[in-house]
Amino acid sequence: MVRTDGSMKAAKFDYIQAATVDEVVDALAKGDGEAIVIAGGQTLMPMLSMRLARPETVIDINRIAELSGIEVASAANGDEVVIKACTRQAAALASDIIQTQLPLLAKAIAYVGHQQTRNRGTVGGSLSHADPASEIPLTALTMDAYVRLRSVAGTRDVAMVDYFLGPMMTARADNEILLSVHFPTAQTGVRTGTAFHEVSELRGDFAVVAAAAVIELDGAGTSTKVALGIGGADGVPKRITELEEKLRGGRIDPGGIHAALGEIADALSPGGDQHAGAAYRRRVAAVLGERALLEALAEAERA
Amino acid sequence: MNTVMNEHLGKNLHYVAHKRRVREDKRFVTGKGKYVQDVNLPFTKHAAVLPSPYPRARILSIDTAAAEALDGVQMVLTGEQMAVDCNPIRLGLKLPEINWYPLAVGMTCYVGEWVAIVVADDAYIAEDALDLIEVEYEPLAAIVDPERAFEDKDLLVHPGHGSNVLYHGNFLWGAVDEDFAAADDSLTFRARWGRSSTVPIETFGALASWDEGTEILDIWASIQMPNFVELMATTLGYPLNSIRLHQDVDVGGSYGVKRGIKQSVLVAYLSRKLHLPVRFIEDRLANMAGSDAHGPDRIFDTDVAFNNDGVIRSLKIRALDDAGAYPGRAPFQLAKPISAIVGPYKINSVKYEAISVCTNKSGQVPVRGFGQAPTNYMIEAAVDHVARHLGLDRLEVRRRNLIQADEFPYQIPPGSKYDSGDYQTVLQKALDLAGYDDLLARRDQARAEGRLAGIGIATVLEPGGGNNIFEYLMDPTAEITTFMEGCEVRVDAQGKITGIMGTTTSGQGHETMMATILGEELQFDPDDIRIVHADSLNALPTRSPIASRMAIMLGSAAAGAAGKIKDRAMAIAAHNLDRPIEDLEYAGGTISDRNDPSHKLTWAEICFIAYRAYHKLPDGMEPGFQAQYIFQVPGGGQLPDENNRVQVYPCYSFQAHIPYVEIDPGTGRVTVVDYAIAHDCGTVINPDIVRGMVIGGLAHGIGAALYEKFSYDDEGQFLTATFADYLMPSVHEIPDVKDVEHCTPSPLTSHGQKGSGEGGYLGAPAAIASAVNDALAPLGQQINELPMRMHKIEALINAKNSTMEKPR
Amino acid sequence: MRKHQIELQINGKAIAREIEPRLSLTDFLRGEQGLSGTHIGCEHGVCGACSILLDGVPIRSCLMLAVQADGHALTTVEGLTQDDGSPGLLQAAFQDAHGMQCGYCTPGMIISAQALLVDNDDPSLEQIKDAIGGNICRCTGYVQVIESIQLAASRMREAHL
Repeated sequence: MVRTDGSMKAAKFDYIQAATVDEVVDALAKGDGEAIVIAGGQTLMPMLSMRLARPETVIDINRIAELSGIEVASAANGDEVVIKACTRQAAALASDIIQTQLPLLAKAIAYVGHQQTRNRGTVGGSLSHADPASEIPLTALTMDAYVRLRSVAGTRDVAMVDYFLGPMMTARADNEILLSVHFPTAQTGVRTGTAFHEVSELRGDFAVVAAAAVIELDGAGTSTKVALGIGGADGVPKRITELEEKLRGGRIDPGGIHAALGEIADALSPGGDQHAGAAYRRRVAAVLGERALLEALAEAERA
Repeated sequence: MNTVMNEHLGKNLHYVAHKRRVREDKRFVTGKGKYVQDVNLPFTKHAAVLPSPYPRARILSIDTAAAEALDGVQMVLTGEQMAVDCNPIRLGLKLPEINWYPLAVGMTCYVGEWVAIVVADDAYIAEDALDLIEVEYEPLAAIVDPERAFEDKDLLVHPGHGSNVLYHGNFLWGAVDEDFAAADDSLTFRARWGRSSTVPIETFGALASWDEGTEILDIWASIQMPNFVELMATTLGYPLNSIRLHQDVDVGGSYGVKRGIKQSVLVAYLSRKLHLPVRFIEDRLANMAGSDAHGPDRIFDTDVAFNNDGVIRSLKIRALDDAGAYPGRAPFQLAKPISAIVGPYKINSVKYEAISVCTNKSGQVPVRGFGQAPTNYMIEAAVDHVARHLGLDRLEVRRRNLIQADEFPYQIPPGSKYDSGDYQTVLQKALDLAGYDDLLARRDQARAEGRLAGIGIATVLEPGGGNNIFEYLMDPTAEITTFMEGCEVRVDAQGKITGIMGTTTSGQGHETMMATILGEELQFDPDDIRIVHADSLNALPTRSPIASRMAIMLGSAAAGAAGKIKDRAMAIAAHNLDRPIEDLEYAGGTISDRNDPSHKLTWAEICFIAYRAYHKLPDGMEPGFQAQYIFQVPGGGQLPDENNRVQVYPCYSFQAHIPYVEIDPGTGRVTVVDYAIAHDCGTVINPDIVRGMVIGGLAHGIGAALYEKFSYDDEGQFLTATFADYLMPSVHEIPDVKDVEHCTPSPLTSHGQKGSGEGGYLGAPAAIASAVNDALAPLGQQINELPMRMHKIEALINAKNSTMEKPR
Repeated sequence: MRKHQIELQINGKAIAREIEPRLSLTDFLRGEQGLSGTHIGCEHGVCGACSILLDGVPIRSCLMLAVQADGHALTTVEGLTQDDGSPGLLQAAFQDAHGMQCGYCTPGMIISAQALLVDNDDPSLEQIKDAIGGNICRCTGYVQVIESIQLAASRMREAHL
């Protein structure tokens, strides 16, 4: 964050404590791009203080009961876990549903910030901010999740693969609120392994590079699904689809994983900053990608 | 009462060296610390600053009309106005063409330099007003690289000065050329110390209130600085006795850097203009970019001459330091290390070329150790380079070069005598604590398993006590030969004791230290002794808590003042008991005839006589019961001889560091797994305080070694204005440090104490660098710059010329 | 910009105030309530000096608007003392183990430790590190902070026996 123009106190804004989602979408519509939703505030508050965000209206969704909670629902392609937008990261980390049904997400959230920020920070807030190195967006992408968005015009679902448009840019329009994120649960009868690896200079900081992997094996040990996502090495979290295709449909072994790692560098266009250059991010993406795949494989084989 | 026999001092100690609560802590744990932000005066107004977005730009115009018109705004001030009414800030070298003002005048010299300041009813409104100030700039090319700045004759930070060089001096102590010629071998290396600082969690803040009735400016500031009030007075053009600095504020961390002279001048000026109290608390952005609180940023090019047995004969050191835009005290951070320029080693001769250049970056401030930490990093790198070059063990090379215990006081080539030490024993204690043989086995096992593991070794000095004479070495008009500290002790009519210190405290536990020594000397429970901080109009002379000097200087002054109190009590007793002083014995305030203990005067009786019974005082004695003592820095008082040889600092503490690190070969991330440190600062007055200094300094050193850096891009844009980008270690990055003390008392101080405030910081960067390089050694790689960020280490591991296949 | 009425509890005391929406919770506590133990370090959510308990869980007060605290119960470091204002058990342990130097990060550290110990009087080293991992201290190197928390935990265990 490059910031030297001297503010640490927010500019003036109006504040609405919304009681219902209807109230939120009405206010967003009225705001015409000058209204913004605050959930946990862990990213928005510094942006307000530094006046990087100067909304006319801040709409608080913390008290909307229908925006909080985790549940299993049935969907077209089997069960899904629904996490409402304003669910705290700490609540998600402590959730039995997430620990048992979405182990990759549990592993990822353990890397998110510190207890003080997880106690306020929300799952939906992290997805809305869409930092390319952030853990929850990377996990949602890797798990083929989708988000549900709503405006006065109605509700729509957007798959993760279509959701991230660039650094801190998503398909959500200014007049939309993110209601929930939906994760498919694992099929029965398959053995699933997951792993999340990241490197940050200090623990709890944003990742410099992160890798998330899911491997599913059938009874014969053939891979029915391989998913590898990389964060921090491109403008958006990226799936390494060429690698996934290479590894899917056969028996996976460490040699095969190693041989496919070239696909990771090929799929990424990292930028550089004072934390690490593009070459570092590309190389380390392959290192962490390999580690995540190996760990996921081992876990699937044990399952 | 529990006592410990101090074998070195040959006396029993009742309070000194005992584990006792630190008295300052009570107010901190209950949230009752009183920092500048917590001082409230009625009708206080709040200031906020507008920073420059350009590293170097001409200021064409500043339009403040809209800001001034905003409801709640009291005043908007720019540098032009300030320059009319105030003098430039002059501290350090005499560089008349470099004018440093609190706000930029005509030209901005770095990103974040303050261009205007707003005073408003609250901080929010002040920042609203900043939004309304229109500044027209003409951006210019910036000077960023210090080596280029040194050479460049055209592109100048301060054109009037004629170059970018603030200081360039050569020192020669001993027969360097002869020693190089006679030595078996020599080598050259470069070591680069990165631009980091101490970055206290409290930013700098100041609150000023001008009283036209008394013509006194009251100021509360989070300050740790000698000459602060004098500098305020000369900059503002006030008489010195019109400024009252309140020193009873808690300072939320400093470690050298809390020297907010420009901030304090601003609030003083604004308060007098507005006839209202004005407070300015830097926010974090203003602090990181604009506070002129960055640390040394130094390139060492060193030649070492040595024999084949590893004995080092001579050093040629060239140090080029990037001071940033304004000189301040920066050049002198190249001079203080002259006090220990050969470290703890017997090195026969030294050539030292010191260069300070200015660039378009935020200014440099004294940082913990005042240049000694970078210098120690370079010296330890030299020893490791020699060992590597000769294929000798790093430990053995140190042992062959360390000054021996029977060689003290030991005079080094630049003239300073090291007061005392037992370096071999302290090193052995560190090795024992680390379990060195097991550690070697553990490292080798890790390597056998394909991991990168390394052990660091650093044996370094911590000069303590302060002295200004190094300034004379750079500026012979600065004939300053004292660096005194005063202490006043008052015994009241109830017999209660109050000790008065003349400066602020910023976490070093000075109140505890002073109470402990007063209690020890006067034989009263320190918990019953009050310690207060005089304001600057009431205080005795002080040089402030810099230079690891307070235990040495204030401690010795307190002992001296206590001695005067005791002398006075003895004189009163001798007069009233009608006995010669030699026959009297002092015990806990009661004075009795040692031949007839029932013949005595109690403390209460002595105090009554002092305050109420003039007729019972010895002839000519003034009534009352107080004493002042000003302690002169031991060994100071001299100008250098014709060969520039002089005693710089008085006392020399010693540390031996043994960290163990592992590096993730895939990411380059370093984990400090274990850390052992042995430390000798002579007599420890409060063990918890000293231990905190040692470990806290060490953690700060780990930060400088691995994470912390103020970064600028090639154009001079500032990249690290927030804590998301300036990285400081959390509890996860600091290992469970094992520490052990050793005691070689100083012969120069009241209780044998030496300095400890710079603590582990003076050795940890060197030690971590040594460990990382040990870990990289099997790859044939090394890194010679700090901070050793993971992306740089990863690049070395991945370099094509690695001699070993990359481990996974 | 309309002001908002908020009602909340701070250290057990009911408070009602009308405030501007943009006021941060830290500034509200310090400026409007005189609770100066909650410190400002970075105001962008990294250093942890402003940590307080919100309904018993630790949060960073610089990352919350005061208006959002409506209806909640807050605890600051001042709320952890004994009734006479003397140090509570955890605070006294920080004194005894000298878990601080300049005292500036200390209230945040103590708040984080309090949140840990209230549910767990026998925390592992790793749990302690996780609890204070978001609190930066520039003085101590954390070792004596950890020892303070361990001392408090052992005193709590003794008290429960």
